[in-house]
Amino acid sequence: MSNENTSSVHIMRSQLGRARGLGAAKSGLHHWWTQRVTAMALLPLSLYFVLSVLMLAGADRAQMAAYIGEPWNTVLFLCLIAALFSHLSLGLQVVVEDYVRNDAKRMMTLLVLKGGIAVLALACAVSVLKLAF
Amino acid sequence: MKDVREALMVGRNTEGKLVRRPLSPHLQVYKPQLSSATSIFHRGTGVALGAGTLLLTAWLVSAAAGDAAFSIVQALLASWIGLLVLMGFTLALFYHFCNGMRHLFWDSGRGFELEAMHRNGRMVIAGAVVLTVVFWFVGFLVW
Repeated sequence: MSNENTSSVHIMRSQLGRARGLGAAKSGLHHWWTQRVTAMALLPLSLYFVLSVLMLAGADRAQMAAYIGEPWNTVLFLCLIAALFSHLSLGLQVVVEDYVRNDAKRMMTLLVLKGGIAVLALACAVSVLKLAF
Repeated sequence: MKDVREALMVGRNTEGKLVRRPLSPHLQVYKPQLSSATSIFHRGTGVALGAGTLLLTAWLVSAAAGDAAFSIVQALLASWIGLLVLMGFTLALFYHFCNGMRHLFWDSGRGFELEAMHRNGRMVIAGAVVLTVVFWFVGFLVW
């Protein structure tokens, strides 16, 4: 390598140094798999949500509280919130990783995004529980 | 060399010389195709639905907070701009739902033939539109 003409680019790192930390870190599949699992969970749950919204169209707060307070509805809404926000978190992570190039900016964006999504998920879950109990 | 990614853009040409590889061509280079369009829509609707979770949160939190907050949110959602946003939201939801099933089908290792891909791509778009129309038809009936 050192004998070759490397006029166009100088790499001051060894091949090993370039590769390290970039390959499979033995956790890549988890992200992919969790996204599929939450997607499958969301197929019935989002249909359930859409039907719930149709049933609650024009309902007042008392009617909505009564609906969400039904045990199965409470459980399904909590399942929906869990699956939805984890799926969202994984999906937006990929978008950010694709488009935000600067390492520090990418890390900050991901932290803010994931923190925000966790807060939204908790706010939804606590609201459902408050409506139910 | 600014970062790791730039280091990765280094390759060798056929003569073995180290060269800086070109970036892959970007969207505007290609003629729009069903395959790329459905993929881009999937990401776009995913991000839009992410923004839409703010509406879901507002709906649930206001209901938990009390009558005053809930009536404000309901009035906003029932205004013409609110309905327009909700229509966009449902279209995005049904598209992401249908195309998500397409992705899960691909994950099973099937449906990669161009012909099948174009067919189910058109099915996804038609499905999303039909589901949205049915949803709002039923929605206005029960409202």
